[in-house]
Amino acid sequence: MSVTSLKAKLMQGNQACAEGAIYAGASFYAGYPITPSTEIAEILSERLPQVGGRFIQMEDEIASMAAVIGASVTGAKAMTATSGPGFSLKQENIGHAMITEVPCVIANVMRLGPSTGGPTSPAQGDVMQARWGTHGDHPVITLCPNSVQECFELTVKAFNMAERFRTPVFIMFDEIIGHMRERVVLPEPGQIPVVNRKKPEVGPESYKAYEPVDETLVPPMASFGDGYRYHVTGLTHDETGFATTKPEKMAAHLQRLHDKINNFLPEVVDYEEQSIEDAEVVLLAYGSVARAASRAVKDARAAGLKVGLIRPITLWPFPGEAVKKAAAKAKAVIVAEMNLGQIINEVRVAVEGQAPVYGVLRADGEPISPTEILAKIKEVL
Amino acid sequence: MNNAVFSSRNMTEQEFFFGHKACAGCGGALAVRLALKVLGERTFAALPAGCMSAVGFIYPQMAFGINAIISTFAGTASMLAGMAAAARAQGLEDVHIVGFAGDGGTADIGIQALSGAIDRGERIIYICYDNEAYMNTGTQKSGLTPLGARTTTTPDGSVVGGSTTKKKNMFDIVAAHGIDYAATASIGYYQDYMNKVLRASQCGGTAYIHVMAPCPTGWGIPTEHALTIARESVDCGLWYLAEYSQGKYRLNQRPETFTPVEDYLRKQGRFKHLQSDDIAQAVRDRDARWQYMLTQWSDA
Ligand SMILES: Cc1ncc(C[n+]2csc(CCOP(=O)(O)OP(=O)(O)O)c2C)c(N)n1
Ligand code: SF4
Ligand SMILES: [Mg+2]
Repeated sequence: MSVTSLKAKLMQGNQACAEGAIYAGASFYAGYPITPSTEIAEILSERLPQVGGRFIQMEDEIASMAAVIGASVTGAKAMTATSGPGFSLKQENIGHAMITEVPCVIANVMRLGPSTGGPTSPAQGDVMQARWGTHGDHPVITLCPNSVQECFELTVKAFNMAERFRTPVFIMFDEIIGHMRERVVLPEPGQIPVVNRKKPEVGPESYKAYEPVDETLVPPMASFGDGYRYHVTGLTHDETGFATTKPEKMAAHLQRLHDKINNFLPEVVDYEEQSIEDAEVVLLAYGSVARAASRAVKDARAAGLKVGLIRPITLWPFPGEAVKKAAAKAKAVIVAEMNLGQIINEVRVAVEGQAPVYGVLRADGEPISPTEILAKIKEVL
Repeated sequence: MNNAVFSSRNMTEQEFFFGHKACAGCGGALAVRLALKVLGERTFAALPAGCMSAVGFIYPQMAFGINAIISTFAGTASMLAGMAAAARAQGLEDVHIVGFAGDGGTADIGIQALSGAIDRGERIIYICYDNEAYMNTGTQKSGLTPLGARTTTTPDGSVVGGSTTKKKNMFDIVAAHGIDYAATASIGYYQDYMNKVLRASQCGGTAYIHVMAPCPTGWGIPTEHALTIARESVDCGLWYLAEYSQGKYRLNQRPETFTPVEDYLRKQGRFKHLQSDDIAQAVRDRDARWQYMLTQWSDA
């Protein structure tokens, strides 16, 4: 999305995330302090009351995620933010929001894990947890900014997608992006469209809370207090919202949860390519690492090496098609990520053996440098 | 050890918590250090995330002279329960199992585990060092932050001025479980505190001690005032020294007159923005609390 306002500011990634939430119309935040995400809460504790919203500091992360669900079914655009240990505690409630189709946004500013790990160290070790952290089959939308500007824009997008698809949406950035300060150009109100959940067009008598009414497969959502009485449960349910154990209904429910997102992949999946046309070596990196990778591409090109970069902006759903296409013409694929090998497995699946896949992997609390990536490029070429 | 009374004269010279990286004047560090002087070297400790675990385990100075584990934030009392059961199963009768958790780690995320442990009558000592906010993450509000205090999530902003909630009453909450032994304390009255740790270690069941432990960094006070402000919190009546056991409450100190609440609050940066109304409210809350304690705790 292009943003052309003149409201330029120097901001931290966490602050841009908070401001993005305000721009998207967030009216509720529930959270619990945890480094390196705490600034999002601190800023929203001041900003939300100014715009008529509510900020609640909860007693832990389980409570924070549950409060977000409560607020969203009662009509608020709601979010929470956390980091590793808190993300783990939120998982059960996240699954609840998925099966009940409650729109909400969860920011995870990733630090080194597991457990307390490295609270102030950058990492990208939670990307598979975003995919499979809560139990059971479920689709996931996860956005991954690589700049402070994108922290703002992708937070707006996260709210928009949550409302559009009636689902929890993750925005995952690493500590570097969260704490880095950069120039941000803030859009005017209205410049980026703001999406709101679809409300029922039928009266309460004929409203079925989980019955899709069009090809989006997303059922219109009445808020508590709108005059519609309906059932919301974490049990597998049919279109009425009431629990069912009929195999065909259970299957249809889970299938629709997947289809409502997977049928619209072109609308959801987002990525950026750099010099990919003639690339013999295809890099794949996301978040702050993508900045190092981008630099490595420029340095490699300057040295006459045909290197390109794919940067997933949605980690989930993963832009596998783009990877597959690029790999078809490549001699090698290199994945750089701040973990011991997570997205690299997704890349291997997408590449389908068309080229060897190498990793520049690091989980020591240090960022990955362009030099390291360049060294790998030279090694594999 | 029975009936022993700790005083500055007979206190051991031995140290079990030293070489840590707490800020100068840290009340929490003193609370841990003094408790371990009472409990001695046959003590196993668990500490959740918080300042004491952050400053206490820095290589190469393992600042604890005893076995200690950093627990998950929500899991302190449960890990203690496991330690106590395993010690018993192996016939280790001479050990103390102690937890040191902050106000956030106790009154918020850890309260479920604590409640369960008291309910089961675990043989553990749980010490909450109360600095009235989440200090380790940069002074956010906790359930034990007093009304009006400025924290980074209760800013003195244009819409609300400081914490909008009152301090949760943990002492009453644990007592309501029918716990074997509970006490409030202040590092300003350290002898009283140490003797309560001793009684906790002898109670034969679950013990809870809630010790006021000022944080110069988060409270906005000079480091050399931590002890005096801890004493003043009791002297002005906003905090109190009490015990509970066998269904009975006891007030250990009943000041004839309180020192001015305003003096106590005005010394601290976190209360700078308070108006005279806010201070009057604090005085009213104090008086209501004392009225309650003096009338409801018939045996006080
Ligand atoms: C599950 C989880 N959530 C959040 C945190 C972040 N965290 C670490 S220490 C801390 C503050 C602890 O406050 P308190 O218990 O009052 O102890 P203090 O730091 O004040 O001594 C927080 C919120 C964490 N480590 N784990
Ligand atoms: S911030 Fe406060 S509680 Fe933490 S070590 Fe420093 S003085 Fe102690
Ligand atoms: Mg604290």
